[in-house]
Amino acid sequence: MAAVSLKDVRKSYTSDLQVIHGVSMEIKDGEFIVILGPSGCGKSTLLRMVAGLETITGGEIVIGGRVVNNLEPKDRDIAMVFQNYALYPHMSVYDNMAYGLRIRGLAKVEIDTRVQKAAEILELKKFLGRKPREMSGGQRQRVAMGRAIVREPQVFLFDEPLSNLDAKLRVQMRGELQALHRRLGTTSLFVTHDQVEAMTLAQRMIVMNAGRAEQIGAPLEVYARPATTFVAGFIGSPPMNLIPKEGRLLGIRPEHLEPCAESEAMLTVAVDLIEPLGADTIVYGHITGDPDGKPDGDGSSARVAARLPANAVAQAGKLALRYDPANVHWYDPQSGKRIEQ
Amino acid sequence: MVENRPWLTFFSHAVLIAGVVAVAFPLYITFVASTLTLEDIVKVPMPLVPGPHFWENYSQVLTAGSERGAAAPVGRMMFNSLVMALVIAFGKIAISIIASFAIVYFRFPLRNFFFWMIFITLMLPVEVRIIPTFKVASDLGILNSYVGLTLPLIASATATFLFRQFFMTVPDELAEAARVDGASPMRFFVDVLLPLSKTSIAALFVIQFIYGWNQYLWPLLITTDESMYTAVIGIKRMITGGDALTEWHLVMATAILALLPPALVVVLMQKWFVKGLVETEK
Amino acid sequence: MEKRVVFRSAWLPYALVAPQLAITIVFFFWPAFQAAWFSFQLQDAFGLKTEFVGLRNFAELFNDPHYLKSFKITALFSVLVAVIGIAVSLLLATMADRVLRGALAYKTLLIWPYAVAPAVAAVLWAFLFAPSVGIITFALKQIGVEWNYVLQGDQAMALVVIASVWKQISYNFLFFLAWLQSVPKSLIEAAAIDGAGPMRRFWTVVFPLLAPTTFFLLVVNMVYAFFETFGVIDATTQGGPAGATQILVYKVYHDGFKSQDLGGSSAQSVVLMIIVIALTVIQFRFVERKVHY
Repeated sequence: MAAVSLKDVRKSYTSDLQVIHGVSMEIKDGEFIVILGPSGCGKSTLLRMVAGLETITGGEIVIGGRVVNNLEPKDRDIAMVFQNYALYPHMSVYDNMAYGLRIRGLAKVEIDTRVQKAAEILELKKFLGRKPREMSGGQRQRVAMGRAIVREPQVFLFDEPLSNLDAKLRVQMRGELQALHRRLGTTSLFVTHDQVEAMTLAQRMIVMNAGRAEQIGAPLEVYARPATTFVAGFIGSPPMNLIPKEGRLLGIRPEHLEPCAESEAMLTVAVDLIEPLGADTIVYGHITGDPDGKPDGDGSSARVAARLPANAVAQAGKLALRYDPANVHWYDPQSGKRIEQ
Repeated sequence: MVENRPWLTFFSHAVLIAGVVAVAFPLYITFVASTLTLEDIVKVPMPLVPGPHFWENYSQVLTAGSERGAAAPVGRMMFNSLVMALVIAFGKIAISIIASFAIVYFRFPLRNFFFWMIFITLMLPVEVRIIPTFKVASDLGILNSYVGLTLPLIASATATFLFRQFFMTVPDELAEAARVDGASPMRFFVDVLLPLSKTSIAALFVIQFIYGWNQYLWPLLITTDESMYTAVIGIKRMITGGDALTEWHLVMATAILALLPPALVVVLMQKWFVKGLVETEK
Repeated sequence: MEKRVVFRSAWLPYALVAPQLAITIVFFFWPAFQAAWFSFQLQDAFGLKTEFVGLRNFAELFNDPHYLKSFKITALFSVLVAVIGIAVSLLLATMADRVLRGALAYKTLLIWPYAVAPAVAAVLWAFLFAPSVGIITFALKQIGVEWNYVLQGDQAMALVVIASVWKQISYNFLFFLAWLQSVPKSLIEAAAIDGAGPMRRFWTVVFPLLAPTTFFLLVVNMVYAFFETFGVIDATTQGGPAGATQILVYKVYHDGFKSQDLGGSSAQSVVLMIIVIALTVIQFRFVERKVHY
């Protein structure tokens, strides 16, 4: 197991097409890191650079104290789980897991011990003789993980490994991944576009946008103090409301809005849509004083979402809302950066 | 079918049966003739049912050839045809699959140029460069040899295309997984790509076996020694001048022998044959 | 289309393409280049002196009535082979697509001629049509047709066309059948609901969908008739009688090998190369278009 450090890592295809704009991060030994971002943000590219599947055009990647920039994937002591699993279709489950070990020239007995152990952990024992096409998506996913586990690498790399599974299985696999990490304690990098996966799995996460790391931090910290408007708008469902106010952007999470009497209203919105979800009710609207949604004097055309208790009476028309000023975030509209109070 | 029209179904069957009969007729007559004596055949019209001389005629051509035309035994010619068909089929598959592997899985200077060079061979069939190709073979001293029969026909743009196309459909992640597993390029090729290419190889084998077995012009040019004749050439060499002089019963027995192996390959490997035929043209 | 991942090696890819390239260069490019080179030269009768004569071989070629005749014969031959072959195969494939019972048996019984070498196919038919012993010759005589392809040019042409078409039917048949089976059934059903009968459906719905296929097969069949039928001609008529079946490929062989006219034969080779290139380009244009659908 090893620490990983990214030092101003950059990637460009041509001089004017840069896809990773300098990402730096120190990953501690045994840490579970999630790289989160929308599609096309460069998160997979970053992971593949760590794996050695993409060349690094600037900066350094260090794994276990070794600069690996110019090492082949096999020499980096990493294992990777792919989105589509990438199992060898003509090999049995056993051979899929054993293949990398055989290439490394491990003794037969040692290979067998490791494969049996991984199969035990992943409950794959009775499938060892099967071909991947004879298995379900969830089982294939386990085989892909088994292939990584048997290698006993310093770092696990996961490239959206759960996104091909259905919702229920995804929840289950998430739990198994967490259990696995607790058990093995291997440093892990996990790429996903799903914020729930990121929030639940990560010890720390990197939120990426357009080839930049917008914020690095523990999930709750990122949620509580988004560093940029991008992070504020990307994490949380519905995301944080960003309302132009006095030349700045006022950020307030939907759950921090509460209905109140018109006289105490800090915000008044015209309701557009009500979504009763059972546990709570989400109300979408736009700020009034501006019935068409056109900017008024303040430039406040903002859409607003509020998460209200299920028993709150929500109806079409106007809704008065208030919030605790302690829950307000401020952002600079030009740079999108957080303004500390 | 969309609607039930008995007369149309009947008509369809009638047309198909007529087609099958028309296609099979020459083969049937050939077979009948191969079981008769020459006297039976020249007694016009010849009988339309097989005669009793099957073993006699076939053992004659297999071991001794014809009497008036080429005297080489057809057994030897069939062996030559088999060698030619197998070497061409496997040779084409082997050199094409490694060339496609290089072109698909590596980036290297001149890669596109090489690809186009292979592509252009499609436009240069032996038939348009008969004399100079013969000269090259003659200068290399490979006339009347198995090398001469096979090597010049082994380059294949179609096989290279087919493999290239197939490799493009193999998910990228498989090669990445192999790299992460520590497989060298050749190891990936042998352990992963080759097993996955099995059906493409089978399909190409059928097509190329037939191609090799049925070669005519090239063996005609470079084999002058009877012991190097292929079965297809042998037949032509047995037809000597006027049709009354030709030993038709022996020619027909040879024809059956010459068409049997490729026909069997097509019928027995029908699935791969159809796949190979349709895909090599895409 | 390109692979995202690649392996890296400074020498391996070259080693892998080397065998293919070596054969290509030695047996394809070098001879083709030589053909082009010889076509600008004239050799004396003893092969001792060669002289650069520019385009004279070509000029002579196109002033040679025999060559022009061979051109016309090739055109006639290839059009007959392509059109008859396609028409017959389309009919058979349409019928095979209709029937449910016995479809596989019909298919198996119709595809085997593909395996027969053109030269062997020609010998089979030449036997049936042999002037003195042929069984079809005999049958034709009964209905008053005098048949002797050895003497009659048009009969010789008929023989080589029949033999060539017979061998090629299976190929066309398989392609048509594959494409017919890929026409969505819902389309046919929609047409049936609109009230179109089987014939009308075929010409207004199915055939337009097959038109690009048919064009593709036309080109493939032309190439077949141009080049691969050498064996048919050589095993039966050998270009005769009086050049009635002397197609271009056969003439290159005849002039180069039998008459030893190196310059003239090479000039013919060059003309043929230009024709193949043109046909191949047309074929690939088609393939490209198909890809874009």
